[in-house]
Amino acid sequence: MIHNFNYHQATSLKETLSLLEKCRDDYKIICGGQSLLILMRQGLVAPENLIDIKRVKEMSYIDYDPKNGLKIGAATTHREIEKSPLIKKYFPVLAEMEKNLASIQTRNWGTIGGNLAHGDPAGDPGPILIASNATVKLASLERERILPLGDFFIDIFETTLEEGELLIEIQVPILPKKTAMAYEKFNIIKNNQGIVSVAASVTMAEDGVRCKDARIVLGAAAATPLRAKKAEQMLIGKKIDTKLLAIVGKKASEESDPISDIHATETYRRFLVKNLTINVTRKAWEQAKAAG
Amino acid sequence: MGTSKGRRLTWRYPPMKKKLLHLTVNKEYHELYISPKKLLVEILRDELGLTGTKRACNTGACGACTVLLDGAAVKSCSILAMQADGAKVTTVEGLADGAELTPLQQSFLDHGAFQCGFCTSGMLMSATAFLREDPAPKDIKEGIQGNICRCTGYNSILRAIKAVAEGKYKEEGR
Repeated sequence: MIHNFNYHQATSLKETLSLLEKCRDDYKIICGGQSLLILMRQGLVAPENLIDIKRVKEMSYIDYDPKNGLKIGAATTHREIEKSPLIKKYFPVLAEMEKNLASIQTRNWGTIGGNLAHGDPAGDPGPILIASNATVKLASLERERILPLGDFFIDIFETTLEEGELLIEIQVPILPKKTAMAYEKFNIIKNNQGIVSVAASVTMAEDGVRCKDARIVLGAAAATPLRAKKAEQMLIGKKIDTKLLAIVGKKASEESDPISDIHATETYRRFLVKNLTINVTRKAWEQAKAAG
Repeated sequence: MGTSKGRRLTWRYPPMKKKLLHLTVNKEYHELYISPKKLLVEILRDELGLTGTKRACNTGACGACTVLLDGAAVKSCSILAMQADGAKVTTVEGLADGAELTPLQQSFLDHGAFQCGFCTSGMLMSATAFLREDPAPKDIKEGIQGNICRCTGYNSILRAIKAVAEGKYKEEGR
């Protein structure tokens, strides 16, 4: 049963921010609501004010410029991202991830900003966007701030959004030269959330042999999407081969901090982190090699 | 979760103020005063009596409540009705023209693509939207991946959609 709430429908960003300020004490923002409505129906979330931003059209856009990269409005639906020619051209791995995110119906209504602000560690866009060095733009009536997506997540279902603050834009910089990305999730039913997911971005050095930079991000393996920094360090400056990948996978598995739940035990999740890290890093490395 | 930081121990639930909803369902225009916490599926079934749209899992998992919202397939159990304000909704009742079935409906009948029938309206809506987007899709399974059927084992449903995709049913102005 959904508890009563005051319903506010905003039509512009400015109106939304004033509403957030007005309802400061207790509100939830709904856009697609594909996650929120389930929680509300189960009585787990019962806000006094529900602020609907689905109609804020100015927050739904996909822009690209060769200098700054992609800018995606927070209210852009997953399906718009999946189908966007811009994303397909400049960020195919993101389009691929969206295609495997939930069902068509959910993608048609759910939004990228909502997914991130929900703060689910098993969410798909988190790891891939962190691996690509994405930043998020947060706005309130008083100020705007931009921070790395990695700093946006604090804990399970918790983000750094302050009261009165709204996630308005996701910014994805252009990938550095000789960089490739890969993402993989493990699940039983296709398009479900990953039991564990791993995204990797690998940059090849000028010499075309060694790895210059690497980012490995684990999903559903800790309370937030987690960067396996020690594992990344082991790759930098090295020539990537099967032997090194095995050690890197093991290190990522040690760095992860997964829980046991109905889907998998902690031990199994660690095992998955190891194998997915190996697969994904290899895939990204091979793509970087092929491209370079 | 989210912004509630445990400041209050007891919640205060405000009374729900009714709001005006404008909705065009199957080409018929409606104006309704509804409580904003009503879901789209509740409005369609309980207020407008269009019970072809089924409500099953209630968590957005099964797809039985799929309708077309401005042409896009969505799960009507996971959308507040007020979010569809001003939109055009098509339910399974809006597919057939009187007694004349759409090619997809006819194909479902011919291929026996249902047993209990509970998932059928959702399947039809998903497949309709999917085929409109891409009349000859490479992977038909992708189109109904958000819909669960617990009787048929999906094969007859896939056969029915495939037959339409392969053009075995003439499109008649749809």
